[in-house]
Amino acid sequence: MSDNETTKPDGMKITGSRRRVDLFLVLTWLASAVAVLSLLWILESIVTPAWPAIQKTGLGFFTSTIWDVNRDRYGAMPFVIGTAVSSLIALIIALPLGIFIALFLSENFLPLAIRQVIRFVVELLAAIPSVVYGLWGIAVVIPIVQQFGGYLSEYLGFIPLFSGPATGNSMLTASLVLALMVLPTITAISRTALVVVPHTLREGSYAIGATRWETIFRVLLPTAAPGIVAATILAFGRAMGETMAVAMLIGNSSRLSWSLLSPAGTLAGLLANQFGEAQGLQISALMYAALALVLLTLFVNMTGEAVLRRAEKATAGIR
Amino acid sequence: MIAERKDFAEWRRKATPMKTSKVSFLLFSTLVTQLLSWSASAATQLQGAGATFPAPLYQRWIAEYTKNNPDVQINYQGIGSGAGIKQFTQNLVSFGASDAAMTDKEIAAVKQGVVLIPATAGSVVLAYNLPGVDNLKLSREAYAGIFLGKVTKWSDPAIAKTNEGVKLPDIPIIPCERSDGSGTNFVFTKHLSAISPEFNDKVGFGTSATWPVGVGGKGNDGVTALIKQNRGAIGYVEYGYAKNNKLTFAALQNKAGEFVSATTDSGLATLATTQFPPNLLRGWPSDPDGKDCYPIATYTWLLLYKKYDNSQIGEAVKKFVNFGLTDGQKFSEELGYIPLPKEIVDKSMEGLKTVQ
Repeated sequence: MSDNETTKPDGMKITGSRRRVDLFLVLTWLASAVAVLSLLWILESIVTPAWPAIQKTGLGFFTSTIWDVNRDRYGAMPFVIGTAVSSLIALIIALPLGIFIALFLSENFLPLAIRQVIRFVVELLAAIPSVVYGLWGIAVVIPIVQQFGGYLSEYLGFIPLFSGPATGNSMLTASLVLALMVLPTITAISRTALVVVPHTLREGSYAIGATRWETIFRVLLPTAAPGIVAATILAFGRAMGETMAVAMLIGNSSRLSWSLLSPAGTLAGLLANQFGEAQGLQISALMYAALALVLLTLFVNMTGEAVLRRAEKATAGIR
Repeated sequence: MIAERKDFAEWRRKATPMKTSKVSFLLFSTLVTQLLSWSASAATQLQGAGATFPAPLYQRWIAEYTKNNPDVQINYQGIGSGAGIKQFTQNLVSFGASDAAMTDKEIAAVKQGVVLIPATAGSVVLAYNLPGVDNLKLSREAYAGIFLGKVTKWSDPAIAKTNEGVKLPDIPIIPCERSDGSGTNFVFTKHLSAISPEFNDKVGFGTSATWPVGVGGKGNDGVTALIKQNRGAIGYVEYGYAKNNKLTFAALQNKAGEFVSATTDSGLATLATTQFPPNLLRGWPSDPDGKDCYPIATYTWLLLYKKYDNSQIGEAVKKFVNFGLTDGQKFSEELGYIPLPKEIVDKSMEGLKTVQ
């Protein structure tokens, strides 16, 4: 064996002249670097143009409720709240629904073939373009919300959440459509998490006399919790960033209102609405709003990550 | 074993690269020849970008013009007036378009010089949804009040006063606004600011506005959907859009106190009152004087460079705009725009001549 021959762990011999960099490793490195660098690049290209607005409004940007382009006064609080509230309501509706669908699809209530069809249909919901959801919302959800919103404000109008007048384009409409849009995300990931719960756990649970529902709620769901939390985070992120459908349905108002039946606004919707014709400091303020949206998403993701770690620790023993 | 592997490696090293390089060379050369042949036969390409409001008319002009002039390719993108001015200033397009004429500061930023050409005009109407009420008349006080949130019910005396004999329901008014930045917003808020000092104070004018009341829809179609779906709604849309969608719109009180409905003639009367400063075709009647004038009408502009670096493109732009100002005007009415008055066409033609 000559000097320039090396022995790899698997015993394969490669002569020194043919020794070269591991191309695959380089590729994977490059791919990760591209992802990280693009994120930094995007952040940089948001922060730089946003700087004048950051300097001018500072943190007041998040506490002021007045967004008045014609007087160069920019406060994003109504939009930050609108983004958070619409996504939260969407999750409140979609999460139980999504988990139940995931349970139904992962249990053997129906023959596999039929479950596959249902699963396919639910996941197909994710393939519908945002603008189609918007159009559907205008044609179908708005008239429904108008009608029921009318009754709600008439009989429950004393509760601030339902005070009138009920407009079709409202927080409630946007949240309902958002819920439908994030449903496939929640369902698909939760289902996967439920399917990979080891069979031994289920069998063990049955063996000590638990019923199917006890098994589902006491064993399967807690074990699958990390996956379900991940699904929730992804869904929340998607709901917050959703633009087109929300801009078409929420009524795009910058006024704060307690009522779910009043028009509201979101950060993404604000950007979509005003960017095309924006000038001067307005562009800067919109970039600041974009930064706020990024930070909000980051915050949700980090909270989610923390919850995920907790849940993983808690269930580590049984997996 | 090792020898075999070596042989294989040797073979691969020798054979494969040659093969692939031959194939890729062939592919590459065909691609290059293709591209070259395309660009050699390619027509003059014009890029335009800007206002969305006149976009349907410009598209029509392009379709009609290129039918007879296949050696020119024109592409117009309705990306918004502000973005149009931006791209025009950055020299990214052959011509720009905007609903608000460029300001002196904006003009100064373009080193090739700017020629503003009024290309067409349009009215903004107040469309409403009140079944059974077809001929609503709104006083200046009433429609400014509605968008200020001071007039909140259809039965309000401010509306009832000018609509004697009309049965106005006692339901809330839902004002509908354009949420996206747009020339329509600019024209409408500019007019309201001109007729109501309070509006000027509280809201002001611009391509985006922060409204004290109402619901916002995205685009003309968004506002139209809002009006159609909400009983008691009232919103501002472009005249052509309202006409095509069969919306009912109100007659508005003009400066002379008359109630005028939006028609081509009443729009023309308004445009005729525009005073252009010398050497610059810029200006809009935010509150016209005449008895027959519909109060809310405005021009929309094409933005040309005074001096084109590429004379071929300059010539092509001139020819196209010339077509738009002459033959192109006859498509205006059908698409819901106001054809330019003759004296404005003449002035625009003079302006066009200064383009080099």
